[in-house]
Amino acid sequence: MQERADIVYGGYQHVSLVVQCVALAAVIAFLLAVLVTRVPALEGLANAVSAIGLTLPSFALLGFLLPLLGIGPGPAVAAVTFYAVLPILRNAVVALQGVDRTLLESARGMGMGAVATLLRVQLPLAWPVILAGIRTSTQMSMGVAAIAAVVLGPGLGGYIFSGLEQIGNANALYSALVGTIGVVLLALVLDALLLLLGRLTTSKGIRA
Amino acid sequence: MTDQPISGVDLELVDVTKSYPGQERPAVDGLTLHVPAGEIVMFIGPSGCGKTTSLKMINRLIEPTSGTITIGGDDVRKQKVDELRRHIGYVIQGGSLFPHMTVAQNIALVPKLLKWDDKRVEARVDELLDLVNLDPGRYRDRYPRELSGGQQQRVGVARGLASDPPVVLMDEPFGAVDPITRSRLQDELMSIQSELRKTIVCVTHDIDEAVKLGDRICILQEGAQVAQYDTPEHVLAAPANRFVEDFVGAGSGLKQLTLTRVDDIELRSWPTASVGEPVAEVLARAGQAGESSVIVLDQRRRPRAWCWVRDLEGQDRVPPPAGDEVLGVDRRATLNDALDDMLSSSYGAAVVTGRRDEFLGVVDFASVTRHIQETAQQVEASAGSGPDGTERT
Ligand SMILES: Nc1ncnc2c1ncn2[C@@H]1O[C@H](COP(=O)(O)OP(=O)(O)OP(=O)(O)O)[C@@H](O)[C@H]1O
Ligand SMILES: [Mg+2]
Repeated sequence: MQERADIVYGGYQHVSLVVQCVALAAVIAFLLAVLVTRVPALEGLANAVSAIGLTLPSFALLGFLLPLLGIGPGPAVAAVTFYAVLPILRNAVVALQGVDRTLLESARGMGMGAVATLLRVQLPLAWPVILAGIRTSTQMSMGVAAIAAVVLGPGLGGYIFSGLEQIGNANALYSALVGTIGVVLLALVLDALLLLLGRLTTSKGIRA
Repeated sequence: MTDQPISGVDLELVDVTKSYPGQERPAVDGLTLHVPAGEIVMFIGPSGCGKTTSLKMINRLIEPTSGTITIGGDDVRKQKVDELRRHIGYVIQGGSLFPHMTVAQNIALVPKLLKWDDKRVEARVDELLDLVNLDPGRYRDRYPRELSGGQQQRVGVARGLASDPPVVLMDEPFGAVDPITRSRLQDELMSIQSELRKTIVCVTHDIDEAVKLGDRICILQEGAQVAQYDTPEHVLAAPANRFVEDFVGAGSGLKQLTLTRVDDIELRSWPTASVGEPVAEVLARAGQAGESSVIVLDQRRRPRAWCWVRDLEGQDRVPPPAGDEVLGVDRRATLNDALDDMLSSSYGAAVVTGRRDEFLGVVDFASVTRHIQETAQQVEASAGSGPDGTERT
């Protein structure tokens, strides 16, 4: 019984870590994307960073962060957020650039300010594609968060690692399976929730 | 033009120049122009001559390199740019509606920016939808993609007029719709303008549209050089130079058809039927008039359908029309439009509508041909007499 409660708590922590990191990453990615789409010189740089960043093994990044942030949730959050930013950034740049220039000019021509134009015209129109990036990012982060357990980050990753460490032991397989299946199930649930969020937050006028 | 009060104000461009970086010649080179309050000026000229640039300098979407623009005497550069734009209507091709907002939200944008209270905004939206002939109840909550191109353009016009701005800028507003819808939209714009009397600057590629809508036409050459700035009548009758002549094109005799309004020839009456009216009364009326068809009007007296008398026989009351189309041409439509309309209907006459699409009467082939003959005779008579007034032999 105690063990079941532990698993549930681990799952909760795992999801909580991912949701917070992805939310933070979404804000960072959106701000970066706005910057990138205003300063054309940055676009190449952003693409390069997100391409290289995604090839960076998460173990390597964690190893790199350890001496900086120490053991615990700190490096876990940093690593998960770093990876989470990348797919969102890429989608957000494409989405913001994809909004018809004449619509933005119309908005300005009618007397909407730059910020209002961004938040009330450009963002809502770019939202479905940005959200797709957030979904990809969430799926990925569920995995990255599991790996982050190496540095004693919270979540289900611990089950996977303790299982793998004790291969041969009767409980090992069980432990690894609990961790893996838990992560997969929670990832599916999160994706469904994001899909629902998309339904609720995408204007009927642009829904596919 | 009409006795409605003018709500527009004077618009003045003085020696306005715009040079884009990296281009040797300015896109707009010293444009000076006065647009009197309450008039429509049509900008027309070859592609790339600087029409759009000139227009956008008025609402400062493009900042002039030099020169002064005043609206109602106030220098546009002295005002906060967003505040300035909220008081200048801006309508572009296709309507440019925001797809994620409903029709009502699109129209309400500027009034809300101006912090009108909700009641007033709501009333304004309905009023404007009415003005552009869209039933508020039906269209208010639709999204742009649920509208036809012509309807989107109507909403675009409504949005441009939302804050009741004294000056309205339009960049090829009707460029993206089919010819029939276009002439319908032009009629509506004229009818709206006769009510509101804004100062309107409108860019077009279509000389017929310029002649039809413009109180004045401004024909521009490369660098926004004014080739001629005059009333349509003068531009057609006395092109200032070869450029204008070529631009106005051959067959300016035929263009007279574009200059003549349906208003200028006498309308005929025609038997009508109201939706829901007893058929017996309609039949009697048609018989008295000696016509074999009637025009069906709705509650707002808008013509909705032609109907043969024989199709009514055997029915009790006049049935409501199928679609939601309104028939006919506006009384300010040109004879050209009226002829188009007649040719596409099999009833040999075009229905003419007035304010808010109310039925006025019909024009038929006979009256149009009579008018053409008369004009042709006049033209011949003036061509036949030499400069000294003597008859040619
Ligand atoms: N942002 C810009 N940067 C550089 N040059 C520009 C810019 N916008 C317009 N131009 C140039 O200025 C000139 C005038 O352009 P403008 O858009 O005013 O033409 P237009 O008369 O509206 O043409 P069209 O009938 O094709 O719409 C053109 O030569 C165009 O190439
Ligand atoms: Mg243009």
